[in-house]
Amino acid sequence: MTFELETAIAPEKLRRVAIDPVSRVEGHGKVTILLDDDNKVHQVRLHIVEFRGFEKFIQGRPYWEVPVMVQRLCGICPVSHHLAASKAMDMMLGVKELTPTAEKIRRLMHYGQILQSHALHFFHLSSPDLLFGFGSNVAARNIVGVVAAHPEIAKKGVLLRKYGQEVIRMTAGKRVHGTGSIPGGVNKSLSDGERADLLKDIYQMVAWSRDAVGMIRQLFEQNLAEYNDFGRFRSSGMCLVRADGAMDLYHGGLRARDTDGNTLFDHFNYGRYWEVIAEDVKPWSYMKFPFFKSLGPDDGSYRVGPLTRVTQCDSIPTPLADKEREEFMAFDGGSVTGATLGYHWARMIEMLHAAESIKDLLHDDDILGHDLMATGQRQQRGVGVIEAPRGTLIHHYRVDENDLVIRANLIVSTTHNNQAMNTAVREVAKKYLNGREITEGLLNHIEVAIRAFDPCLSCATHALGQMPLEVAIVGADGRVLDEATRDHRGLTRESS
Amino acid sequence: MIAPTLVFGWGNPSRGDDALGPLFVDRIAELQLPGVECLTDFQLQVEHALDLENRRRILFVDASIDTAPPFTVKRLEAARDASFTTHAMTPEAVMQVYFELHDEAPPPCTLLAVCGERFELGEGISPAAASHLAAALAWAKAWLAD
Repeated sequence: MTFELETAIAPEKLRRVAIDPVSRVEGHGKVTILLDDDNKVHQVRLHIVEFRGFEKFIQGRPYWEVPVMVQRLCGICPVSHHLAASKAMDMMLGVKELTPTAEKIRRLMHYGQILQSHALHFFHLSSPDLLFGFGSNVAARNIVGVVAAHPEIAKKGVLLRKYGQEVIRMTAGKRVHGTGSIPGGVNKSLSDGERADLLKDIYQMVAWSRDAVGMIRQLFEQNLAEYNDFGRFRSSGMCLVRADGAMDLYHGGLRARDTDGNTLFDHFNYGRYWEVIAEDVKPWSYMKFPFFKSLGPDDGSYRVGPLTRVTQCDSIPTPLADKEREEFMAFDGGSVTGATLGYHWARMIEMLHAAESIKDLLHDDDILGHDLMATGQRQQRGVGVIEAPRGTLIHHYRVDENDLVIRANLIVSTTHNNQAMNTAVREVAKKYLNGREITEGLLNHIEVAIRAFDPCLSCATHALGQMPLEVAIVGADGRVLDEATRDHRGLTRESS
Repeated sequence: MIAPTLVFGWGNPSRGDDALGPLFVDRIAELQLPGVECLTDFQLQVEHALDLENRRRILFVDASIDTAPPFTVKRLEAARDASFTTHAMTPEAVMQVYFELHDEAPPPCTLLAVCGERFELGEGISPAAASHLAAALAWAKAWLAD
């Protein structure tokens, strides 16, 4: 089966528009749109080049190196990979429970990562679209434009991100390539001085995070119809939840619900994730398409990340964020909970939860403790799952008797969201591009839909007009009719 | 006490010649030069504008596939260039964020672009890049002694 607009009936007769950003570090994404002579959309595909090579890179390495090595997977969320790999190696060592100090230091590191990642995405990647409009002047639609027009917003974004980085530095030991989390625990706790330093600013961070939730709510109130309908579609979802059903971004069981909100599985042991999830392949994409086995590849796709986590949990275990969750769920009769742009609102609720959680942990004396390591009965397999900023992240390893990794499998949140992002892009293409002359502003609507998911390539998808990019329109005879390249030097265009 | 000179290199140490920036910074750090602070990261980001505060000068170091071997040096100006991906900003863009946040020009910034050839995952740096790195370090020692 293919989805609507996934495959055109006669593609050789259609014009092809490709949005092809290039990124040196995080991989790259490409959108192809096939149009007929009346600019009617017949096919839309989001291609993402995934780094499967990294799994080979890990094979043959000693298991204790893995939590540090995986941080080099990409520069966007190295801490999430650091912690997911550590959790997998905990299981491999037979460690069923960390010491209180180790678990709380890891959680502190994780909430620091959530805070800085969500702050970057909202204040710097998405705010240009949200503040200036999806089709606004491309020259202003970037973070410099935001800084110039709204300096206080941009400054909050910079300082929230810097604060999250400081939490990571103090818990991981370094600004980058941290080594704080190790199989079985952590290798450092916080000193009194480090705690005091972080406590100085945390209340400001909580206040700014709360302001950010208010800001995205206000944007929804001002643009309710457009925001609610933009890229809207029904989807199943999956996330970790705590034993009592509350949100838990660090640890828990898997919860999945179908498009009608019915529970497919709940509190499922992620150590056996392959019993409920499988991965489909499509001939046109290098990236796999995960699906729930119980629903099959045609109906079993799902989405992960902030929108799923906030709508599927029973509560959020910090008071301000939980109040915001209740208001989000009730807003406009609950309509926003199914909106693709609802990701932005949910993301800010999670940022507030992360700031509150950091505050609570900084007041917990366990973070100063010295009992850092736990032990257990050595196993050959380890699975670590964490709710990374972008969604569920799975690390799965097998280690031989010589302590060397012999198999690795990573399912990142962008892969879980592959079908969902394709569907959102098609919905936007149908509504905004169909029958109209393609402009940069209209193409940016496609990117706005992708960016809502904050995929690992969101840097690249923010690129139209702002980083190296090629757009080609190809005639039915295969001849390039129009080609534009835009990079840091500006726009160059060649028409035949 | 903030060191008056900042040496800031970026790149992924596991991607072949992309490691040139971090390697350069590691070598400079080993010299333990007074008044010089060394920082690295995977890529430039908005918060790095805060690392420019209260400096006398900044040396940015990156691998480049476009630069002439063994390296090029250029003085940078803050710019609203079109390179904003925000997950991988240019040093000029970081300087511009500094300018907008502080309402004053950032300290003098220089870019040292070291020529690289291969950027594949899991590769070490190429022999040519190692030679370019040595040449860049020799230049930098004199520059830092000024």
